[in-house]
Amino acid sequence: MENLISIITFIPLIAATILGLFLRGDDRAARQNAKWVALAATVLTFLTSLGLLADFNPADPGFQFVEERTWLAGLTYKVGVDGISILFVLLTTFLMPLVILSCWEVDTRVKDYMIAFLVLESLMIGVFVALDLILFYLFFEAGLIPMFLIIGIWGGANRIYAAFKFFLYTLLGSVLMLVAMIAMWIDAGTTDIPTLLNHQFGSETFSLLGIQVVGGLQTLLFLAFFASFAVKLPMWPVHTWLPDAHVQAPTGGSVVLAAILLKMGGYGFLRFSLPMFPVGSEVMGPLILWLSAIAIVYTSLVALMQEDMKKLIAYSSVAHMGFVTMGIFAVNQQGVDGAIFQMISHGFISGALFLAVGVIYDRMHTREIDAYGGLVNRMPVYALVFMFFTMANVGLPGTSGFVGEFLTLIGIFQVNTWVALIATSGVIFSAGYALWLYRRVVMGDLIKESLKTISDMSTRERFIMAPLVAMTLILGVYPALVLDVIGPSVEHLLSQYQTALIDGGATMLAAN
Amino acid sequence: MISADLNIVLPELILAVYAMGALMFAVYTGKDATAPLILGSTAALMAALGVWIAISGSGAATAFGGAFIDDGFSRFAKVIILLSAAAILLMSQSYMERIGILKFEYPILIALATVGMMMMVSAGDLMALYMGLELQSLSLYVIAALHRDDQRSTEAGLKYFVLGALSSGLLLYGASLTYGYAGTTLFSGILETISDGKMPIGLLLGLVFLFAGLAFKVSAAPFHMWTPDVYEGSPTPVTAFFATAPKVAAMALFARVAHDAFGTVTADWTQIIALLSVVSMFLGAIAAIGQRDIKRLMAYSSIAHMGFALMGLAAGTMFGIQAMLIYLAIYVVMNIGTFAFILSMERDGQPVTDIDGLHQYSKAEPLKALALLVLMFSLAGVPPMVGFFGKFYVLQAAVDADLAWLAVAGVIASVIGAFYYLRIVYFMYFGEERDAIQTPMNAYNWAALVGAAVIMVAGVVNLFGVEALAAAAAETLVN
Repeated sequence: MENLISIITFIPLIAATILGLFLRGDDRAARQNAKWVALAATVLTFLTSLGLLADFNPADPGFQFVEERTWLAGLTYKVGVDGISILFVLLTTFLMPLVILSCWEVDTRVKDYMIAFLVLESLMIGVFVALDLILFYLFFEAGLIPMFLIIGIWGGANRIYAAFKFFLYTLLGSVLMLVAMIAMWIDAGTTDIPTLLNHQFGSETFSLLGIQVVGGLQTLLFLAFFASFAVKLPMWPVHTWLPDAHVQAPTGGSVVLAAILLKMGGYGFLRFSLPMFPVGSEVMGPLILWLSAIAIVYTSLVALMQEDMKKLIAYSSVAHMGFVTMGIFAVNQQGVDGAIFQMISHGFISGALFLAVGVIYDRMHTREIDAYGGLVNRMPVYALVFMFFTMANVGLPGTSGFVGEFLTLIGIFQVNTWVALIATSGVIFSAGYALWLYRRVVMGDLIKESLKTISDMSTRERFIMAPLVAMTLILGVYPALVLDVIGPSVEHLLSQYQTALIDGGATMLAAN
Repeated sequence: MISADLNIVLPELILAVYAMGALMFAVYTGKDATAPLILGSTAALMAALGVWIAISGSGAATAFGGAFIDDGFSRFAKVIILLSAAAILLMSQSYMERIGILKFEYPILIALATVGMMMMVSAGDLMALYMGLELQSLSLYVIAALHRDDQRSTEAGLKYFVLGALSSGLLLYGASLTYGYAGTTLFSGILETISDGKMPIGLLLGLVFLFAGLAFKVSAAPFHMWTPDVYEGSPTPVTAFFATAPKVAAMALFARVAHDAFGTVTADWTQIIALLSVVSMFLGAIAAIGQRDIKRLMAYSSIAHMGFALMGLAAGTMFGIQAMLIYLAIYVVMNIGTFAFILSMERDGQPVTDIDGLHQYSKAEPLKALALLVLMFSLAGVPPMVGFFGKFYVLQAAVDADLAWLAVAGVIASVIGAFYYLRIVYFMYFGEERDAIQTPMNAYNWAALVGAAVIMVAGVVNLFGVEALAAAAAETLVN
């Protein structure tokens, strides 16, 4: 099909429009209808996106399924996928039905809730398939609106603070990227991403306000994009919005945030920063490696001390994203492969962990770790599932968590041994906080009165978890499923990076 | 010759004659009883003139020895002015009736102000500029104080008059200096005297005073101080009018003077405009945070938006003018939609303007709340709303003109400004339970609110072709 990508992108949006226009009333039946429509739309999106996978040629490192139409202001509506982005699209479409299912018990403003998630899905897919700078920005920014509402309307007690912090923090990061995009457009004369990937931005050192900017324009552009992606990912020290947003967001919102929205930052680094500003990346790379190392250790330690389960997992996400940035800016095959793998695997694992917290939150309406203990006695299945994902989060071999961490560590070891050493210690810390969490929540005797009647996972909850367990195991045992798809694109990216660096380095030398 | 001249100013002439005729008609017949009729016919005439200008106009012509210019640029501005004035008139009827000030003078004064604005955007001479400006301003002073039993309305009218007179004084002083050093009041003549790109110091002083006077009219900081008080005190329909058509006219006039009279010395004035722009954006964004009155909030919002529009002018290029025109068109639509909502806000039958009344509004009126949400995100410049594209064009113009610092300052200001638009969304969707407001709307207001919201979303496809029209208009001004 010619318009396959557009179809995938806009199915959820169309479903949302239908819900908004035609579903009336707020009785039980209407709520059920809203849920079923949303579920059907997300499942349909997923099935359609499988068609993408079926026709995808992994050996081709270029963009496939490309669609192009003229749009306003000399921009184009251009979408397509390559080996890097296709997996993020699939991750999104795979997780969304599960997210919708996880919201089944929501009973306030159900229709609006479903619309928000459907709109969000369209926008998230759009981010990963956009092949025009401004189109990318449009999807990237627009995603803030439904997420703002999801946190604000269905969130916890302190949701207003969290919603505003989330929105303004990420907006500030992104607007600088917008200015950089405009500058790129003026410099290169196009907003077409495939063309820009081959464009050499100026890298002559110049002085700005008396400061020597090594790497020139590339460094400035890199920093502007960095401001956006580092906030989105998030990297230490601009991660502080994430714990707040996670804690206050409803379960579905947390899952989407952790599993997909954060990946936009990593994807952005791979799609823009690395290939378009190689000199800038080379200049700023060491700094980012150290920031990543600090992130891994610092946020792991912070996670140890959390008393709120969601906050703990949120900090753990920041630590895992540290591995991602580290792998990306190691700029070698293992590092970048590992970073992408880690993002995909973290999508499953962190999504599942937030869902697991959601399961007991729905029963007890608290996320305090101290309020639990000894759940294994009443919830054996839950204990097993939670154990599995705790281990995956730690990076136990055999789960997908291991592959990502291991590859990034191999990648970084070739580049910077010290960073690798520090980051590896983060693996131990993660075992510390994850296992401790598990012990406090699940193990021990069931002594709390309130927990005496808690019930095990329902069929619906098991049904949500099963695909996640399966994916985590499959990717852990047979990572080639992912690596074969991303391999050629990553290889192409890295070879381009090296060539561009040599050319860019030449102009840098010529300028000095 | 005179018939050719009159032919060119036909739209203005028709509207002016109509205003006189309507005045006579009302005085000799039913006075205020005829107000609804006059209001309707004025709106219809202005809309018809707007459509007529939009479809019939072509080419460029001057009348009265160059004092009046009819070109693509002025027609673009006139269409926005006429259509927005017509929309505001229709929207204001029910509100004016409710508070009992639907006087027959109101639509007539709006029509006269509109004639003034049309002359402003077509001015080719300092005298024509001043005439148009004063016709507009004097009409506006009166309608600001239209609710004459209301202390705040009269205060607004007086304040507006005093500060407006000051700005006219500045402008006249600048005009006299300009005349003194250029020896002519014609824009083309002034341009000729500085065709070598060098500007005598006296002319530079004249330019500064002229610009200061114009900055008053567009309410650019630091010449904005009248705006919040006048916006707050005036009857809400009048505020809605202030926020739309006069802003377009004043900005267009600003661009006209800058490019037609001082187009060869762009380097001398782009810095002034850039400064006005950055100060306005930040002042508008920061000062609005503390506002609890939605009219004051919209006043600061319009200051910030004028800052963005000025960014296009500051670029000093054709593309900058195009960006400015697109920005103004989008700004006007957003404001019409938002004011359609504000006009309907009431509690126990009394109009209210405090934003606290919006708490949990979305539960009572999901559709209107959604429309307002779209408008708020659009005003904040969040994609995919069309408001984003307005900002996008001016930012592009600024970066293109090597004003990257201005663009960076602008986006930071827009993030600060996003806060207060978001707060309205927050009140509507996840505020506390309070005594809520009611928003009864007639068909016009409902159509304006929902229509503006739909335009803000659907415009993402191609901006309804405004881009190409603005480009053609900008081309006639800058070459």
